[in-house]
Amino acid sequence: MRVQPKMIVIGGSAGSVPVILEIMKAIPDKFPHTVVIVIHRQRNVSSEMATVLSIANERKPIVEPDDKEPIKTGCIYLAPQNYHLLIEDDHTFSLDYSEAIKYSRPSIDVSFESVARVFGENACAILLSGANSDGTEGLHSIIENKGTAIVQDPTSAAYPAMPMAAIAANKSSLVFKPIEIAKFVADLQQ
Amino acid sequence: MAKQIPDITNDELEDILCSIFDTYGYDFSAYARASMHRRVVKYMEDINCSTARDLKYQIINSTEVFNYFLQRITVNVTEMFRDPDFYKAMKEQVLPMLASYPIIKIWHAGCSTGEEVFSMCILLHEANLLERTRIYATDINPLNLEKAKHAIIPLDVMKEYTINYFKMGGTNDFANYYTAKYDNAIISLDLRKNILFSQHNLVTDEVFNEFQLICCRNVMIYFNHQLQNRVIKLFHESLSSFGYLALGVKESLLFSEMRPKFEVINRNQKIFRRSI
Ligand SMILES: C[S@@+](CC[C@H](N)C(=O)[O-])C[C@H]1O[C@@H](n2cnc3c(N)ncnc32)[C@H](O)[C@@H]1O
Repeated sequence: MRVQPKMIVIGGSAGSVPVILEIMKAIPDKFPHTVVIVIHRQRNVSSEMATVLSIANERKPIVEPDDKEPIKTGCIYLAPQNYHLLIEDDHTFSLDYSEAIKYSRPSIDVSFESVARVFGENACAILLSGANSDGTEGLHSIIENKGTAIVQDPTSAAYPAMPMAAIAANKSSLVFKPIEIAKFVADLQQ
Repeated sequence: MAKQIPDITNDELEDILCSIFDTYGYDFSAYARASMHRRVVKYMEDINCSTARDLKYQIINSTEVFNYFLQRITVNVTEMFRDPDFYKAMKEQVLPMLASYPIIKIWHAGCSTGEEVFSMCILLHEANLLERTRIYATDINPLNLEKAKHAIIPLDVMKEYTINYFKMGGTNDFANYYTAKYDNAIISLDLRKNILFSQHNLVTDEVFNEFQLICCRNVMIYFNHQLQNRVIKLFHESLSSFGYLALGVKESLLFSEMRPKFEVINRNQKIFRRSI
C-alpha cells in the first residue's frame, strides 16, 4: 500500500489558478493533511490571491503564514508573495527574503526541496501549468526522499513548459489530468 | 539529473557552525535551519566543494573563504520602499507621533546596504523631521556597511524604486533625491548626513542607546525561535516608553513570549509599540 501523504505542496505558475481551484473544491471537510500552495505572482502589488482561492472552498480558509507560524493539519496555506517559503524540522514555516530563483520568489523549487527534507515519504508535490522550469529540481528532491511526485499532464496545461520540463527530468512522476489530481486529493481522506 | 548535488547533514552543519564560532567569533548556531541549510548547500556548489569535511577545512583555513561564506550566509537583498504600504503606514501613523520629540533617535537593525535607511530619510525629510533625527544603522556584515556608506545604486534599479516611491504615495520629484553619474545614482548627501553606520551583531551585542523607533525588517526571519525572543527582548530594552518597533510584513510577535509587552499599532504592516 502506498504511504498516505501528510503534506501536499502544490506549485503553479501561468495558467495554474483554474486547476488549483479544482483541487481546492475536491478537498473534503475532514482532511488530515496540510496543503501548501506556491504560486508565482507579481511583486510589490497587494494581491487578492488568497481571496480568489478561498472562493473555491468556503469551509477551508486560506492562510498566508507569518514567519515561524506552526503548521496545522487540515489547513490550506498560500506562500506569501516576495518571500521563499521553507519548513523547519519542528514543523513551523520559515520565510526567506533572498534572491529570486529562475526569476521567481516564491520559488517552487525551494519549497518542494524543503518539504522533501522535512516530510520525506509523507510528502506529495503537485506541479501544474507554467511557462518556465521552476519545480523541476524540487520534484527531483521529492522523489529522492521517497515522496509522491505528480505533474499536470502537459496536454491539459494552458502553459505546458513547466510540466514538460519536470517530466523530462523526473521520469517516475505520475502524470495526471486536473480531474485525476482532484480525485487523488479527494481520496486521500481515508 | 547528472549534476552531483552536495549535501550536508544537520550534525555536520552544527559542527561547521561551531568551528566558525571558535575561529572567527561569529555565532550562527541559532539561525533557522531550513534556509541556512539551503544557503550552505548552494555555497558548496559554488565553491565546488562536495563534502562537509572539505567545507570545514576550507573555511577554517582561509579568512578569504570565510568572508565569502559570510557574504552568502547573511542574505543581503534589500530594496528602497519595499512594501509601499508599510511606508505609507509609517508616514501616517508613526512619524506624526515622533514629531513631538525634540531629538528623534531611530535604529535600523540589519540595514544591509542601506536602501531601507535611505527610504526612511526621505520620509523624514518630507515630514520636516530629518534635521532633528539621528539614525543608527547597523549590520553584522562589514561589507554591507561599506557599501551603505557609499550609497551608490544602479540607475535601472533606481527606476523600480521610483515606482515604489509613488506607490507609497510620494509626490515629490524622486530624481531630486540623488545625482546620476554614468549608470549609477548616488543618494544625496544631505539626506544621509544624520546616519551613523556601524557594525552590531544582534546575536552577541548589547543595548547601545535608547530609541523612539526601531526598524528590523527581514532579519529575524533568519533566526530560530529562541534567538528571536532574545532579540525582541533587546529591542524592548532599547526602546523608550511608547517607542515603536517595525518588523517585516510577515513577522508576527504572536509567537513570541514578549508579545504582552507590546501593543499593535498596525496589524498588517507589523508595527508595534512598547507598552510596558
Ligand atoms: C534580507 S536583509 C534585510 C535588509 C533590510 N532590512 C530590508 O528589509 O530590506 C538581512 C540583513 O540582516 C543582516 N543580519 C543577519 N544576521 C545579523 C545579525 N546577527 N546581526 C545584525 N544583522 C544581521 C544581514 O547582514 C543582512 O544585511
